[in-house]
Amino acid sequence: MWKWLHPYANPEVSYHFSVKLTPWLTAIAAILIPVGIVWALAFVPADYQQGDSFRIFYLHVPAAMLSMGIYVGIAIAAFSSLVWQLKLADASAAALAPIGAIFTVIALFTGAAWGKPMWGTWWIWDARLTSELILLFLYLGVIALHNAFDDKNLAGKAAGILSIVGVINIPIIHYSVEWWNTLHQGATVSKLDKPSMSVEMLWPFLICFLGFSFFVAALGCKRFCTEVLARNSMRPWVRALATAQEKK
Amino acid sequence: MQFESFSDFLNMGGYAFYVWLSFGLSAILLISLVISSNNNHKALLNKIAQQQSRENKLRKLAKQRQNDASSDVQEVVS
Repeated sequence: MWKWLHPYANPEVSYHFSVKLTPWLTAIAAILIPVGIVWALAFVPADYQQGDSFRIFYLHVPAAMLSMGIYVGIAIAAFSSLVWQLKLADASAAALAPIGAIFTVIALFTGAAWGKPMWGTWWIWDARLTSELILLFLYLGVIALHNAFDDKNLAGKAAGILSIVGVINIPIIHYSVEWWNTLHQGATVSKLDKPSMSVEMLWPFLICFLGFSFFVAALGCKRFCTEVLARNSMRPWVRALATAQEKK
Repeated sequence: MQFESFSDFLNMGGYAFYVWLSFGLSAILLISLVISSNNNHKALLNKIAQQQSRENKLRKLAKQRQNDASSDVQEVVS
């Protein structure tokens, strides 16, 4: 049943598939993100408590959710690379790590810029903020390990072990607002109950979140292609691609 | 539209600094990541192509030297 997946273990097949996929993902992201952001900035009613500062929510929450989601994705890729020796899984983990790190920075920064007017402080060492900061350091560690070895298999193994161990931080981030007293507000969207948000506020959030997800997928595909080429630079098909590119 | 005028929109109900700081910095970060990813891709392809042309040159030189050497030998024999 899953046999159709087998050809994609071949780097060349995966590379061409990603090349084909990238423009479609980019197009969807290029439509969804502007629609979501303009809706969030200009058309959503202001929050009855937080006024217009709450519009930062539409960047902050998607960025934070993606920073955690990408990390879980990297850890799953690292696990399948360690267990089943899938070399392409390493390539995808290496491709995604910088994107996750950037979203973590965005989540932290927009959080600070939202916290200043609402809490009166840019930063506080409470559980949610600190654990998200640790996530950033985990990302930096994973990126550094991927670049620390000339042998990419060894680099993938080292970075993979760090990313698998670091997964423990993800539930800590998610439940930090329940387990500890914190300034940070509780979950609004990602909970089993109905989201505690009115529909007119929820829709633009979903569009922003989807848009950023497609952005991650598109950029991830592009970076995955680079990683695959770097890991196969001695292969004839990569060399043919490189000379064709140079002639252009 | 939630705002009465464009200056009202820019003012963001008094939170202009925080809102535009967040959106501006996020945009800069994401755009620079896209640009650097694209540049990396191109730089890698160039590097591979360069390496290849260097290898081709070396191979040609080695062949030439071999030919020269064999013609030298022939001269000595004759």
